[in-house]
Amino acid sequence: MSQRTTPKTIETIEFGLMSPEEYRNMSVTKIITADTYDDDGFPIDMGLMDPRLGVIDPGLQCKTCGKRSGRCEGHFGHIELAAPVVHPGFSKLIRRLLRGTCHDCARLLLDDSQQEEYREKLETARELEEDVSDVMKSAIRSARKAGTCPHCEAEQKDVKHDKPTTYYEDGQKLMPSDIRDRFERIPDDDLRVLGINADRARPEWMILTVLPVPPVTARPSITLDSGQRSEDDLTHKLVDIIRINQRFMENREAGSPQLIIEDLWELLQYHVTTFVDNEISGTPPAHHRSGRPLKTLSQRLKGKEGRFRGSLSGKRVNFSSRTVISPDPTISVNEVGVPEEIAKEMTLKVKVTENNIEEIVEYVRRGPEDHPGANYVKREDGRRLKVKDKNAEALAERMLTPEGAGPMAGEGDEEEEEAGASDDDADPQGLGWTVERHLTDGDVVLFNRQPSLHRMSMMAHEVVVMPYKTFRLNTTVCPPYNADFDGDEMNMHVVQSEEALAEAEVLMKVQEHILSPRFGGPIIGAIQDHISGTYLLTHEEELFDESQALDLLRKTSVTELPEADEEIDGDEHWYGDTVFSLLLPDGLDMEFESSAGDTVVIEDGELLEGTIDEDAVGSFVGEIVETVAKIYGMDRTARFIDDVSSLAIRSIMHFGFSFGISDEDLPEEAREEIDVGIEEAEEEVERLIETYERGELESLPGRSLEETLEMKIMQALGKARDSAGEIAEQYLEDDNPGVVMADSGARGSMLNLTQMAGCVGQQAVRGERINRGYENRTLSHFKEDDLSADARGFVRHSYKEGLEPREFFFHAMGGREGLVDTAVRTSKSGYLQRRLINALQELEAQYDGTVRNSENDIVQFEYGEDGTDPMKMPDGDAVDVDAIADRVLDADEAPAGGDD
Amino acid sequence: MSLEEHLDDSELPERLREKVRATAEERSLSDEEAVEVADAVYERYEQTRIDPLEPVGTVSAQSIGEPGTQMTMNTFHYAGVAEIDVTQGLPRLIELVDARKEPDTPMMTVYLEDEYAGDRDKAREVVWELEATDVLSIGDLSIDVADMQVAVDLDEEALEERQLSREEVAESIEEELDVSVDEESMSFGPDSPSYRELLQLVEELREVVFKGIDGVERVVIRKEEVEDGDEEYVLYTEGSKFKKALKVEGVDSTRTKTNNLHEMQKALGIEAARNTVVEEIVSTLGEQGLEVDIRHVMLVADAMTTTGDLQSIGRHGISGSKGSVLSRAAFEVTVNHLLDAAVHGEDDDLNGVTENVIVGQPIKIGTGDVELKVGRPGGD
Repeated sequence: MSQRTTPKTIETIEFGLMSPEEYRNMSVTKIITADTYDDDGFPIDMGLMDPRLGVIDPGLQCKTCGKRSGRCEGHFGHIELAAPVVHPGFSKLIRRLLRGTCHDCARLLLDDSQQEEYREKLETARELEEDVSDVMKSAIRSARKAGTCPHCEAEQKDVKHDKPTTYYEDGQKLMPSDIRDRFERIPDDDLRVLGINADRARPEWMILTVLPVPPVTARPSITLDSGQRSEDDLTHKLVDIIRINQRFMENREAGSPQLIIEDLWELLQYHVTTFVDNEISGTPPAHHRSGRPLKTLSQRLKGKEGRFRGSLSGKRVNFSSRTVISPDPTISVNEVGVPEEIAKEMTLKVKVTENNIEEIVEYVRRGPEDHPGANYVKREDGRRLKVKDKNAEALAERMLTPEGAGPMAGEGDEEEEEAGASDDDADPQGLGWTVERHLTDGDVVLFNRQPSLHRMSMMAHEVVVMPYKTFRLNTTVCPPYNADFDGDEMNMHVVQSEEALAEAEVLMKVQEHILSPRFGGPIIGAIQDHISGTYLLTHEEELFDESQALDLLRKTSVTELPEADEEIDGDEHWYGDTVFSLLLPDGLDMEFESSAGDTVVIEDGELLEGTIDEDAVGSFVGEIVETVAKIYGMDRTARFIDDVSSLAIRSIMHFGFSFGISDEDLPEEAREEIDVGIEEAEEEVERLIETYERGELESLPGRSLEETLEMKIMQALGKARDSAGEIAEQYLEDDNPGVVMADSGARGSMLNLTQMAGCVGQQAVRGERINRGYENRTLSHFKEDDLSADARGFVRHSYKEGLEPREFFFHAMGGREGLVDTAVRTSKSGYLQRRLINALQELEAQYDGTVRNSENDIVQFEYGEDGTDPMKMPDGDAVDVDAIADRVLDADEAPAGGDD
Repeated sequence: MSLEEHLDDSELPERLREKVRATAEERSLSDEEAVEVADAVYERYEQTRIDPLEPVGTVSAQSIGEPGTQMTMNTFHYAGVAEIDVTQGLPRLIELVDARKEPDTPMMTVYLEDEYAGDRDKAREVVWELEATDVLSIGDLSIDVADMQVAVDLDEEALEERQLSREEVAESIEEELDVSVDEESMSFGPDSPSYRELLQLVEELREVVFKGIDGVERVVIRKEEVEDGDEEYVLYTEGSKFKKALKVEGVDSTRTKTNNLHEMQKALGIEAARNTVVEEIVSTLGEQGLEVDIRHVMLVADAMTTTGDLQSIGRHGISGSKGSVLSRAAFEVTVNHLLDAAVHGEDDDLNGVTENVIVGQPIKIGTGDVELKVGRPGGD
């Protein structure tokens, strides 16, 4: 076998500052010239692209480590700064230290007892995991109060900080070199009082004297199509630093006046500052030639696309694919249809063993183009060979030829002989190889739709390879993914290791997620047409003859019909309820109210009465689904859901179901009734306005007169729409498809029907009638301060009749608010979710029933106060002692009774 | 074996033992039957228990975060009381997990002690003790520029209703504004005749609270059905001054509550604050018709209060005080966390989730928290 490496884990990561010495030690070269490449295009030695800093061009070897591009991670260089400069990230801390330490002796301006006090505070803060910098701040604050140094009695001067990197002491500018000198003299013990670990971070290291130069691999240059090289932002910045550094040195050697030196020093400081962070307030950001601000070190780390969130916490993966989704009611909930094109691209690694060699060789023989084939084989010596149409046959044969035999010796006839005949013959060569075979039916993959708001957004499905180019999924899994088919795309991941596969199968299969941990109810269940289907099947007493009944049950797991309910002219007939009952598990007893309003009674797996609709089998609310899941287990529930959706689809096809514009037709008298109702409401509004104008309106407690008037008008108009709805409901037949959908909970509500057939009603912005637009009026069509219904956005027509232009405008206002609301909400709730996840992700239930975080602090002594999993709990009490007692005692009595 | 002996041996939690005992007693079960019931109860208890190593934090975070997308943004809505606007929906949820010092719409629900709860007039008395009474609610202001005098034309009816006397009003004005008031005409003026000072006085007068608690702007009385069908008067206040309200005569301090978490913590302690978080989140979600198991809400509330102080969910609270440098850096304000960690010489022990994702190691939660060793057959 190949040599095993001990898996290594990272225990700890230590943070600290690096000393100039360390910078020099890790540096492979000093950088002295600002030029990058010479005229021939070769990197200049001791320049910013020095070959010792690593390789980025493919084919070249690293001068330091000898590795090639991609393997060499790069090596740091360094620049010796002509004069020390402040590290901009520590400017605040530098100010604090300047203010908290003695001007003369550099000791902390706290006497021994105070130091002891802060040492203790620091200790407690660490123990309680509080912020240590708060202690530091308060220590500095009390140190500042000292007028004279408690150690050398020197008088202290005021330190001013001119952001970002200039400091004055008593009006005198403090050069970084002065600061550095002073910091060098601060004793380690004094620093410890401030919570600074002097072993890892000496304060003088916050003043840079040596600047590390990141390896070229961290700032690769890109060659444009024109052959021109385009350098990384960091390289540009480093060029600036080196130029100024050189000029500084030259000027100092030439003995230039102090003023010029100081200017250059400031310029050097500016470049180093922007090299570290180009977004510091008070410092103008450095720009690229194109005018775009440079992306320097801090900008690389920060934010959503930064190193931390963009590259380290979120990683890209192989073995994944993405395409549009479309529905397929014929596959099971836990399957996913995968286009053959994708199946041929996505591979699984299989180790060849004695048991599977024949099967695997078959894959190899088919090659990469023929579907259940293979794309790569990896020989035992580690060589990876691409399977091509041309070499597929040869490779397959070679895998079967015995070890030691010539590679070309393998022929069809021999293989059989070898397999059976001589045992002392060597094993086939292929044993121990790894083959990357195509995805085939039955493989388990992860399927995901963004935004992945809950764990049901990523579930394991079994592959069914299909023609065409979309992923196919059963419509009952739409709710957990929140998917529809208006162009949604989804991702698929092929799990590669056995551990991952096992976890996927045990924890992530769709049936394990039928119940949502959010509320313990089913999140997977019938939707839309499924519900209309079961409603039509069970609402009226429908009879089906044998062929019809069998047709309904065709796609379900039911294979036999029970005894006929009815015999008409010698033909056996069954009721819809009976057909539905076939799907129910034996022994199921239930009673609940359906969305249609009748009582559903199920006894011993027989539907006795009631309509099967949303409340019975729907997603989120389905009572039967929930009960089956909790009593009969997940596999049975998955089957039940499959059966219900298949039966429902067949059933809706049997009855036929369509909804058209004529289904919203109301008879003339209904129309008139509605108009009368609306007119009355409008008159009522006029009356209210008159009362208000006369000053006779009485205000509700806690409301102003105007608010009261608005509320009353809203009420009156709301009532008008409701009554229009009632009239519409009255005139629409019970078998009207719209009514069926609303009644069964399949889609839409009576309100939607009211708006289509009766009256759209009041439009609102911010919960009020529309009152914006022009001064004191909504549109120029109205007089100022017109409070009447139609001037404030009441739409009296129905969608079917069509809206007047003014109504349409008001309607659009209300509609726009809805759109804006959704947009704002998604971003707000997304951030809320991110914060919640980040705050709680470490919490884990323990073997002892407690909930702890990664520091092992107890957050809950017993999860949810009773240690119960919300998913495993039926409605109400988790452990119903009474019911258990009933069951146990019944069981005791039953056999006793039988004996008698 | 008797039931008690059996229970002593079992690991059933106390609350279930209690129920088993009660059931056994009620049905007068024999020892044998009782033991059998106890066993069945234990079996059921085991079945419903949360699996060890379950990542309950993430599940709870998802369960509360996911319905956030379905909530309304519309801030104002009624909380059963049409007269008082209370922030609802997503903004309220965000406010709660932020543990804001002051909610957008602070509000108290004041329950009354027995003798006040049934009597509207007695309840009214409490209202006047709570609601801040300003000048305008007890009279009209008139400014006499010629004499440089401000006069309050007191409404005797309003005064009587609030059980305020003219003397008390005058006293309050004198105390607060540092002027001398002529009790007869209820008028006063600045020491030196200055128009500006006069207007200043008027402004200040408007701020004076004559009765009630400053900060409680409005109180609404409602007759409400409480448990077991009894009706009683309940007060709802706009503005919350919880500590002061508890001391008001007639207020039932055992039931009265506020929606301000910090006031709750200061007055009644961290456990009360924790329960307020739970109640408020549950009612906010419930108002939107979203079903979320209370266990998730409890976990959030416990995480927020586990240090003994209210911590917000986010940068300034739980996420910002995590032990791991990498985890903090990956959440927000990346650079500052790294710089501070360097100065303080911190160590990251890589115990959490984000840190291990960053370094590319398996995370120690759920299936990643189990270590298995493969033993060789016959080996040790």
